[in-house]
Amino acid sequence: MTTNKRGVAQQLWDFFCSLRLTIFLLIGLALISIIGTVIPQGPPREYLATISETKAQVYSSLGFFDMYHSWWFILLLYLLTLNLICCSIKRLPRVWKIVSEPVLVMDERFESSLSNVAELKLRGTKQELKDKIAAALKAEFAQPVITEQDGQFYLFAQKNPWCRLGVYVVHFSIIIVFIGALIGSFFGYKAYVTIPEGAAATQVQARNGKMIDLGFGLRCEKFSVSFYDTGAPKEFKSILTVLENGQPVKGYQNIPCIVNEPLTYKGVTFYQSSYGQSEEGALYHLTVTNRKGGAPLHIDARQGERISLPGGAFVSVMDAAPDVHPFMKEFDGPGAQVEFTPAGGQPQSFVILSPKYDSFNAQHGGDLVLSFDGMDQKFYTGLQVARDPGVLVVWLGCFLMVAGIVMAFFMSHKRIWARITNEGATLGGSASKNPTGFEMSFEELVDKLNKA
Amino acid sequence: MSSSMLFNVTMVTYLVSTCIFFAYLASRNKAVGLAGTLSALFGFLVHTAAIALRWKESYDQGHGHAPLSNLFESVVFFSWTILLIYLIIDFKYKYRAVGFFVLPFALFGMAWANLSLESGIEPLVPALQSNWLMYHVITCFLGYAAFAVACGISIMYLIREKIEQGGGNAAAGGLLSMFPAIRVLDDLNYKAIMVGFPLLTLGIVTGAAWANYAWGTYWSWDPKETWSLIVWFVYAAFLHARITRGWVGRRAAILSVIGFAATIFCYLGVNLFLSGLHSYGK
Repeated sequence: MTTNKRGVAQQLWDFFCSLRLTIFLLIGLALISIIGTVIPQGPPREYLATISETKAQVYSSLGFFDMYHSWWFILLLYLLTLNLICCSIKRLPRVWKIVSEPVLVMDERFESSLSNVAELKLRGTKQELKDKIAAALKAEFAQPVITEQDGQFYLFAQKNPWCRLGVYVVHFSIIIVFIGALIGSFFGYKAYVTIPEGAAATQVQARNGKMIDLGFGLRCEKFSVSFYDTGAPKEFKSILTVLENGQPVKGYQNIPCIVNEPLTYKGVTFYQSSYGQSEEGALYHLTVTNRKGGAPLHIDARQGERISLPGGAFVSVMDAAPDVHPFMKEFDGPGAQVEFTPAGGQPQSFVILSPKYDSFNAQHGGDLVLSFDGMDQKFYTGLQVARDPGVLVVWLGCFLMVAGIVMAFFMSHKRIWARITNEGATLGGSASKNPTGFEMSFEELVDKLNKA
Repeated sequence: MSSSMLFNVTMVTYLVSTCIFFAYLASRNKAVGLAGTLSALFGFLVHTAAIALRWKESYDQGHGHAPLSNLFESVVFFSWTILLIYLIIDFKYKYRAVGFFVLPFALFGMAWANLSLESGIEPLVPALQSNWLMYHVITCFLGYAAFAVACGISIMYLIREKIEQGGGNAAAGGLLSMFPAIRVLDDLNYKAIMVGFPLLTLGIVTGAAWANYAWGTYWSWDPKETWSLIVWFVYAAFLHARITRGWVGRRAAILSVIGFAATIFCYLGVNLFLSGLHSYGK
């Protein structure tokens, strides 16, 4: 019974230590991950409308709509983690032994296992030869360790022994990244907030809909958007002030927050994400002049508001822009789309521009000439809000991963042994990487020692 | 002289270079092989000058940004990185036959960019106005390029293995004499991926760092992110396959080809077929 039990445990251990499992898991994760890139995650209502109800139910029960958090995807990640921990536990002690307890004495049996061996013909006593080779190794390669055994001298020198640990650093770094991600998901949040210009927010809405108290206030002083000549957006900018107990915090007043330049306060970071017109809407300024003379009339109007004009006409502003240049290449300055109803006539829709284009504005309006002086527009800014105490842990993991890969790929553990003989010395060498490159440098070293 | 003229010269040079490499395989003349490499080097220098000139042109137009911001510029840069990695490997190991299997990737990229992509210099939209753009794009594309070279070498491996197993007729045998030995091909494939994998890792890390800096999430399972992880998984599998019995050689070469196919999908397919943050392909 006991042997059988141990047999099962052993088999399980071997299973989790196997590289075939690693390859299977990696390829499996690669294939399965494709699902979530083809089926929209979330998923948006527009997508749900395009598929049948049964299909949506099947997808939903399989977890396809949030597959990267589904139990089976997480399970695969855990299996991969378990696999790499087991592999590391199994192999690390052996590698650690090579690093921490190097073979100091090259006997004949060990010599036959080395691919690079050379005999040196040198004159001198063993004592002299030992000192000479030790000095040469120190100058050309690395400081050797000298062992005296049965009246014989053995030398051993090595370079970059710790690079053999690179693979395990990479494995360890993956676990660190996972830990960082877990910290973030337990102790952090992702949220969103909209703040109208001039107003302040003390709460933000998390992705799960819950309201989170910031513990401080954030006021949006101003929001602005600018465009390139092509009409493409150039900059979205919120001017933000942090408030404690309603009072501005020193050093956090009127801070510009643009895309790619967030604002961080007390571990909470605000990212410029979207914008829109605030609900009360813009206030439009129009000037109306009578062609027959008289003082110009200045009017303030809200969007869609029907304003009566002298002589029985009406006007309402349908839409406006602070700069028309992106839409009308020959003009610039403010412009508005208005609906004008002459006294007793049918409504007509046309564009009016600033007073400097009065000949343009004079094309419509009957007795009246309308021009657009500009607008006071109130925006709200949309900010992504994030707090993630695990992020530094993730960066540590990423740093270790890159460092570990460099160690594992580009550094070689090189070792040289020497045994002093009566006619000279026997030299042996090995490297964990790039055998051809090492062979060349080994031959160079042998040449130098022969001449020494 | 404009950068678009130089890009055309580059394309034609790569075409000529590919033809010379074909002539090399057919003639088995070493001088022809050298001519292939030299023409590729010439193309690379013109290519470099063209990118530098386009960079300058963007400043002349008042936008002033590195030419890494839209599909045209990224395809051109991808071709450039392929040549860079290829020339380094050629300089180090001097297996000229590899050129015939790698140059076509760069040629195809340049032809596509020059003949059918929108090549106007556009100002940067707010999301791209960051130094991270440069770090992220350069590391990613150097990685992609190394995978392209590895893929070319793996195709050579698979051809060579197939012909060797088939007993090899005389004509095929002649072609093979210009191929590096099968063990060398396996080794070169590994070396190219050893360059590509750390760069891809850095590319993913810089992308995550940028996303965290700009949006507050280092990872959001956006299709582009997910596909880069898929590519990473495939090459991680490749690296483990090389030390696993039964997976060395043929299967590793196939994994390398699959890896590059996934890379190309990650680069282009995601933009053309799926939706997400990296919308330069639209």
